[in-house]
Amino acid sequence: MNILEINNLKKSFGKTEVLKDISFSLKKGEALSIIGSSGSGKTTLLRCLNFLETADSGKVFLNGDLLFDASDKKTYSERDIREKRLNFGLVFQSFNLFPQYNVLKNVTLAVELLRKDEMRGKQKAQIRAEIEQNARDIIGRVGLSAKINNYPCELSGGQQQRVAIARALALKPNILCFDEPTSALDPELTGEVLRVIRELKSDDTTMIIVTHEMEFAHNVSDKVIFMADGVIEEQGTPDEVFGNPKSDKTKAFLVKSLEQI
Amino acid sequence: MSFNGFAEQFPIVFAALNVGFLQTLKLFFVTLIGAIPLGLIISFGSMSRIKPLSGLVKVIVWVVRGTPLMLQLLIIYYGPGILLNNPIWGGGENGRFLASAVAFIINYACYFSEIYRGGIQGVPVGQNEAGLVLGMTKPQIFFKVTLLQMIKRIVPPMSNEIITLVKDTSLARIIALQEVIWAGQAFMKSSHGISGQLWPLFFTGVYYLIFSGVLTLLFGYIEKKMAYFKS
Ligand SMILES: Nc1ncnc2c1ncn2[C@@H]1O[C@H](COP(=O)(O)OP(=O)(O)OP(=O)(O)O)[C@@H](O)[C@H]1O
Ligand SMILES: [Mg+2]
Repeated sequence: MNILEINNLKKSFGKTEVLKDISFSLKKGEALSIIGSSGSGKTTLLRCLNFLETADSGKVFLNGDLLFDASDKKTYSERDIREKRLNFGLVFQSFNLFPQYNVLKNVTLAVELLRKDEMRGKQKAQIRAEIEQNARDIIGRVGLSAKINNYPCELSGGQQQRVAIARALALKPNILCFDEPTSALDPELTGEVLRVIRELKSDDTTMIIVTHEMEFAHNVSDKVIFMADGVIEEQGTPDEVFGNPKSDKTKAFLVKSLEQI
Repeated sequence: MSFNGFAEQFPIVFAALNVGFLQTLKLFFVTLIGAIPLGLIISFGSMSRIKPLSGLVKVIVWVVRGTPLMLQLLIIYYGPGILLNNPIWGGGENGRFLASAVAFIINYACYFSEIYRGGIQGVPVGQNEAGLVLGMTKPQIFFKVTLLQMIKRIVPPMSNEIITLVKDTSLARIIALQEVIWAGQAFMKSSHGISGQLWPLFFTGVYYLIFSGVLTLLFGYIEKKMAYFKS
């Protein structure tokens, strides 16, 4: 069964239609890379999945259950949306770590707030310890155990982005989304972040990665979507899309991104 | 009875200036207590999505910041009596204090509101979005994520304004509020049996220096406390 199924998603800002009828599906444990030129709607798509934007029409199914239906969005309360968006995690291009908290607290904060109601009386210390241990494990997985007490301003961009990944993982989302996770980094720091993402894959985490790193998309993903002007121009396995593109637009895009390297 | 030597004059002057300075301090703290929350309300007004409201608030802020506080004091103190034929403040020191407090609170609230607005709008939207994506509620995002970042942005300009307020309280002298400058000046004519002395007026400077010095140290301490993070 598909963990995620998106049907006919549309989104406009004012008069400009940014997403024009987007449909695709994803299986559990798959990694999907979304490529495409600037302004093609990749960020908007991720923001719709994470409920930072509300799609104008279309449906989203999660594990076969209807998660979002634009035609009755009026009935979604803030609380509903909060619950629904927890199915997704989002790693931003610009990290957006909380500057006043150290690495550990950045990772534990949201979990603590989410489990606040359970944390009463005797349970409190135990749950807190459990949350902290889980955070330490995740921070270890992104290779930052040595920085656990440091503040974001004391970390390199690559380290900050790894903390942001740990922060998203701590909530155990069904699907983890990355919006150009390495675009704000110096070239020599992209490797460490891409390596962390690649290692997550073996844990059968489902991922959607918007990226300009073609080699990474080719090697790591199970599926590639090429977006152009708000539509999915082409989708398939990495070998199909990179090795044997059908659409002229895809060919032109790939040629151009090869030239840039 | 007259006191001629400095040593004789000093205790008398000191006591009189202390009384005046108490009034200065009272005006200072009452202004802060009123203007800090009122400024927040004004800043919400100026950021309101209701255009007529934000427009009106912005005009008020512009008028208040664009005219001298001394003029505002005079208008607020004498205005009701002259224009409305209704001297609402009553006579005496209490009436003058009330009028001064109202003028100072309005004036400073407008300055504070602009500082708050800068602090609130200065926190990147990404902080809010990160909180949302992590399933936090709006109040949780405000109290756990953005508030401290706003405070960090607000403290340096607020400390400038508050130190300016220390000195601005002396403007209330224009409506004869009996603050420390008034008390010092009184010795030029005659006060407490001392007459024709200029030094008590100059000596009031020491009060301002000490008070603003203490505040400078306090704000420096607060800024240092928040220097561990950058935002
Ligand atoms: N909040 C918004 N209001 C108005 N227009 C928007 C908004 N967000 C995005 N857009 C527009 O939607 C289009 C798609 O933007 P989007 O950020 O999704 O593109 P993208 O594929 O992520 O591009 P990039 O590779 O540069 O990140 C752009 O033309 C952009 O100007
Ligand atoms: Mg984008």
